[in-house]
Amino acid sequence: MLYPNKSYKAQQKFVNGFIQVLLTVLGIIWILPLCWVILTSFRAEPGSYTSYFWPKGFTVNNYVNLITKDQQFHFTKWFFNTLLVSVISCVGSTLIVLAVSFTLSRLRFKMRKPLMNVALILGMFPGFMSMIAVYYILKGMNLLSNPLVCLTLVYIAGAGLQYYIAKGFFDTIPKTLDEAAYLDGATRSQVFFKITLPLSKPIIVYTILTTFMAPWIDYIFPSIICGSNYESYTVALGMFKMLEREFIGTYYTQFAAGAVLVSIPIAALFISMQKYYVEGVTGGAVKG
Amino acid sequence: MTQSEYFLLPWYAKIFKTVVNGIKSFILGIVNFFKNLPKNVSAFFRKLGSGFKNFGRTFAQGGLRTKLSYFIMGAGNLFRGQIIRGLLFLASEAAYIWYMVKSGAACIAGLRTLGTVQRGWYFDEELGIDVMRENGDNSMLILLYGILALFITAVFIVLYLNNISSAAEAEKLSKAGAKLPKFKDDLAALLDGKFHKTLLTFPIAGILVFTIIPLIYMILLAFTNYDKDHQVPANLFTWVGLDNFKTMLGANSVLSQTFWPVLGWTLIWAVFATFLNYVLGIVLAMLINKKGIKFKAFYRTLFVLAIAVPQFVSLLVMKNMLAEAGPVNVLLMELNLIDSPLPFFTDPTWARVTVILVNLWIGIPYTMLITSGILMNIPEDLYEAARIDGASPFVMFTKITMPYVLFVTTPYLITQFIGNINNFNVIYFLTGGTPATLDYYQAGKTDLLVTWLYKLTVNSRDYCYASTIGILVFIICSVISLITFRNSQSYNNEEAFQ
Repeated sequence: MLYPNKSYKAQQKFVNGFIQVLLTVLGIIWILPLCWVILTSFRAEPGSYTSYFWPKGFTVNNYVNLITKDQQFHFTKWFFNTLLVSVISCVGSTLIVLAVSFTLSRLRFKMRKPLMNVALILGMFPGFMSMIAVYYILKGMNLLSNPLVCLTLVYIAGAGLQYYIAKGFFDTIPKTLDEAAYLDGATRSQVFFKITLPLSKPIIVYTILTTFMAPWIDYIFPSIICGSNYESYTVALGMFKMLEREFIGTYYTQFAAGAVLVSIPIAALFISMQKYYVEGVTGGAVKG
Repeated sequence: MTQSEYFLLPWYAKIFKTVVNGIKSFILGIVNFFKNLPKNVSAFFRKLGSGFKNFGRTFAQGGLRTKLSYFIMGAGNLFRGQIIRGLLFLASEAAYIWYMVKSGAACIAGLRTLGTVQRGWYFDEELGIDVMRENGDNSMLILLYGILALFITAVFIVLYLNNISSAAEAEKLSKAGAKLPKFKDDLAALLDGKFHKTLLTFPIAGILVFTIIPLIYMILLAFTNYDKDHQVPANLFTWVGLDNFKTMLGANSVLSQTFWPVLGWTLIWAVFATFLNYVLGIVLAMLINKKGIKFKAFYRTLFVLAIAVPQFVSLLVMKNMLAEAGPVNVLLMELNLIDSPLPFFTDPTWARVTVILVNLWIGIPYTMLITSGILMNIPEDLYEAARIDGASPFVMFTKITMPYVLFVTTPYLITQFIGNINNFNVIYFLTGGTPATLDYYQAGKTDLLVTWLYKLTVNSRDYCYASTIGILVFIICSVISLITFRNSQSYNNEEAFQ
């Protein structure tokens, strides 16, 4: 070592102190925009920009107006629209994701590898390249008058391609369990329902949460499907509308209020499932 | 070169080596593909041939009831007592024939021209005047219904072959004197031996209708002239072969003058957005995990909070904060650090740097989240030994931390790179592609290929060009992942850990 023991310790202390300060500064940078939204949502003065950070007056009227007033924007309606879509598509998508990932992980059949290759290839096309075509297919099915049904349908139909993380989880369940059950005369469906699913609580929770969150944060697809059908906007779409040039001056503080209302549950869900997300991405390599 | 020699190389030589190897194996892969092509093609045709032979032999050797099911689907099953199965086959044949007669055949025939009758004024010879034709052909619907008809036909062919093998199977079983499976047994098999069919039917149907058919439709559009001058229903569009690709990649059109710069910026963006996020995220994770740092959990939550908020909220807020009259500029001006607002989103170079920086704000916490656990798993004695040998923190980072983390997260890195090429949200919410420029067709200076694609479909309705870009993006992405994935363990040894 270049340094004698004592000064090494002193140096470490200095370095740690420096890092502590650095982390605090970085933390402030990272959290500042979020604080700014929260402050804006309570700001009494309207308008999108202010030349000061700290609001001059505080009010909860932004929240009250957002939820109760219904002339231009129907936030409450949008909120329940999104809730409806996300609950239904969450149930459907979770079932589909679990079914597909179990099949590809545990069952062996001729088309297994080809199907997985097809899924890989489909994933490499830009996601919304086909959205216009989906729009016309839905039009052909006479569903466009009800955009919420369209959204739910398309979210559920696309779920089959999101099997990757759940499959990784099923891969880690020992196969000997299945084999023992087959020896005892269990059918494959019994293995699925009575052995694999009870062992898969974490991944079921993860799948439910991710599929529940998707409609809340998706913007592009609803924007193509809903068009000018205000009544059936989702939250993301409606709030983007609030920032259009003719509305932003009046509605910016209400937008901030809406952003806070939507972000709290979504952020809570995300934080509660971050562990599964990490495990999924690193393929279970992290056990810490 | 042996493994140990490789480890002794300096880091830049390692990267160089990896890239060279990747390209080499990619070229080898292509060469092998073409070398094996005759073999694979002949194997395919042999398989097809044997399939036909089987088809013919079953007909020649089969009994009357099996022969009958070549024409009347389900006959072989019906006359052997498998009533429900037979009726299902029969119903599907009836439905298919009814569909083909009613509209299917016309749909498939329409694919050849994509419509010939244009809406608009035309000269009626009988009347001797110009007449308005109200109902012309709609090329778009003709293409869409044609694809649907082809898919229905493909499904029907599968069903038809199933019917024949089912009839042959029934004949074989009854000749051997065995009991034929009843419909109840078929249902039971769907929960056991054929459980994969039960589980996959719905998901595959969904993907087929809402992903594959639309995708094929869009891919085919790339070979038509469905641009803003050929809008349905007033106009027709038709096949143009590879013209769009020539315009897009060639030299002398405004489209290619947009395509190449946008592609260049997309790649620069993807490289910066991926690797800066990655390295800085690891550094942040190391800082938080360093021994002697207090409030680790607090810091971690602080950073995760920034990505837990939905992107449309956080990015739109960022956009407003950095706007010309936004709080950041106002603050800097009040502190007298600058005289005029900084052109965060108005100057092309500034805008490009800004989106990369804002993307750091979103991306670093993700990497931190993922690598924290991996960092904690690195054995402490490795660092101990390095410290005793007098290694500097930087050397330890490049020689111990990075290799360890890279080993686990290479697949993540590749998906991130592909994801950044297709990163719609950051660009669309932050800049919307602006600042606009007259050099480009329908694109701004910060537009990526995907956001340009979006603008071409939604704003100018140049569907054929949008599809062409989509296909080119697909080619780029698949080439990159082929280079990197093909040699990785996780691709080749998928079942190694099961």
